[in-house]
Amino acid sequence: MKIIVAIKRVVDYNIKVRIKADGSNVDIDGVKMGINPFDENAIEEALRLKEKGVATEVVAISLGTSANQDVLRHALAMGVDRAVLLETDAELQPLAVAKLLKALVSREQPDLILLGKQAIDDDAGQTGQMLAALLNYPQATFVSKLELSANELISIREVDGGTETIALTLPAVVTADLRLNNPRFVKLPNLMMARKKPIETIQASELNVDLNPRLQLIRVSEPAARKAGIKVGSIEELLTKLRAHEGVLA
Amino acid sequence: MRILILAEHDGQQLNPSVLQAVTAAKTWNLPIHILVAGNDANKVAESAASIEGVERVIQANAAHFAHPLAEDIANLITSISADYAVILAAHASFSRNILPRVAATLDVAMISDVLEIHANNTYVRAIYAGNILTTVQSTDSVQVLSIHGSKFSAASFTTTSAEIVNVAVPAAFSQTRWISEVRSESDRPALGSAKIVVSGGRSLGSAERFEQVLSPLATKLGAALGATRAAVDAGFAPNDIQVGQTGVVVAPELYIAVGVSGAVQHTYGMKDSRIVVAINEDPDAPIFQVADYGLVADLFEAVPALTAAI
Ligand SMILES: Cc1cc2nc3c(=O)[nH]c(=O)nc-3n(C[C@H](O)[C@H](O)[C@H](O)COP(=O)(O)OP(=O)(O)OC[C@H]3O[C@@H](n4cnc5c(N)ncnc54)[C@H](O)[C@@H]3O)c2cc1C
Ligand SMILES: Nc1ncnc2c1ncn2[C@@H]1O[C@H](COP(=O)(O)O)[C@@H](O)[C@H]1O
Repeated sequence: MKIIVAIKRVVDYNIKVRIKADGSNVDIDGVKMGINPFDENAIEEALRLKEKGVATEVVAISLGTSANQDVLRHALAMGVDRAVLLETDAELQPLAVAKLLKALVSREQPDLILLGKQAIDDDAGQTGQMLAALLNYPQATFVSKLELSANELISIREVDGGTETIALTLPAVVTADLRLNNPRFVKLPNLMMARKKPIETIQASELNVDLNPRLQLIRVSEPAARKAGIKVGSIEELLTKLRAHEGVLA
Repeated sequence: MRILILAEHDGQQLNPSVLQAVTAAKTWNLPIHILVAGNDANKVAESAASIEGVERVIQANAAHFAHPLAEDIANLITSISADYAVILAAHASFSRNILPRVAATLDVAMISDVLEIHANNTYVRAIYAGNILTTVQSTDSVQVLSIHGSKFSAASFTTTSAEIVNVAVPAAFSQTRWISEVRSESDRPALGSAKIVVSGGRSLGSAERFEQVLSPLATKLGAALGATRAAVDAGFAPNDIQVGQTGVVVAPELYIAVGVSGAVQHTYGMKDSRIVVAINEDPDAPIFQVADYGLVADLFEAVPALTAAI
């Protein structure tokens, strides 16, 4: 089984993103970047499938500028076999990402495409499902357990109010939830070695894909902050506030 | 042109979020249709037909809709999509699984978790775990979107009934097979629509203590239980009660955060609550910045005392 893992470079999840003074966009110049957390779970799962002898090759792919090489190196340090950069300066929305990934799937012919369930910058949660639609492949989203059994991928999905188990025939698209696994810690020597490994670069323009953003950004703003509250000194005071002031308790 | 709402239901009852989707749909001033795909979900279709403002219910009956798969529902929607300018649903794991698939098949963008709908297909939605709001305008011919339920009031039911029309169902997608589901059994109100939510964090220390400390309070208040990701990951609480960016988003009348630090990924899921109470032993915990009432105390003493005092 050959696996492709799609990894996105995003602002580190610990950073509180600010907006530009003119409200035209977010200001992420010089901000710490890293691999989208869910995509790290996707890589980890691919590596485990390889270690179990289920997968034969794991290829990490990232779409964006040459800056994305750092997340690809991280994937190489974790242990993926190959890394591919689909290079473009264009602003990519999920539909365009899905189209580019589809083009790459027809080149690489993987049996499984693993993605994160959502990118923590755009919080879209769309790309995996869109890719599955374009390929007319089966999909399992928000997956917290994955197992190959009799040529079917048994996938446990996290859904509102519980979990659901479905079986997919290959080739298939799976999106990873955080509880799928705990990604391995990358050791420094592995990172050093990953620096020397080649990263294959393909120009997105060669793939003849319509990358035009369908959503025009009008402006960004910061949400109204909740009004600052007060500290209460005792449980009695708390209950008085909730009962008399707010009427939320009988 | 018309608007199609994808209805979530359990075969017996319409999910209340459909009422919020109807209110959102009214923004366009176009006839509103509701799609009920199920295995003879007649009760659901009838209930959808009695929502005020709905022109027609499209009922799609098939045995394999007893446990709907994204592939099948997406194929069903695209088979009837030619009549519709807008396809929408309330944002939930059900719609998040299906609508991006529909959008890609129609070669249009999807706008996820919309907070506000403005003229000319312009929308406000949150990015970066709710830290930033963006206003975007769609240039596509069909609008595919999910709406943030709590931002829209619920439409009401009427005594009159819209027509219910059956549609042909495309052949089942054979590469995906439904096996089973586990629904959390609980006597408590559903987390997404509860009036009061009591949430606990990692500091509860174990599944037993999560239960022992928080359950009596939740029971007394008729509240739903919620949890942080740290509590869920530690196995103290089931995954489907995780509140936050990657869990459930709630907006109850009262949210009580117990031993929760207040990471942005968590507050994303509760900051629209009307009243927030935080109990935390650290006076500098970020949760106090979003709390109306903060109590600096050891939760193991404060929560039983609060429960006893109510
Ligand atoms: C991609 C991504 C997505 C995420 N999604 C979510 C999400 O959807 N939801 C979510 O919740 N988190 C999410 N997280 C995790 C989030 O960043 C925090 O790590 C998590 O919310 C912390 O949980 P906590 O408050 O239980 O634990 P901690 O941060 O460890 O806080 C424990 C708190 O308990 C207090 N405390 C300890 N003992 C006591 C006591 N005896 N009495 C009173 N107070 C006490 C401490 O002062 C502290 O404030 C996500 C993280 C990432 C990277
Ligand atoms: N530029 C990108 N490069 C590689 N993978 C991506 C990119 N954008 C999105 N993805 C993948 O799609 C998933 C979901 O992203 P989104 O639909 O934007 O929330 C991510 O977790 C990645 O696995």
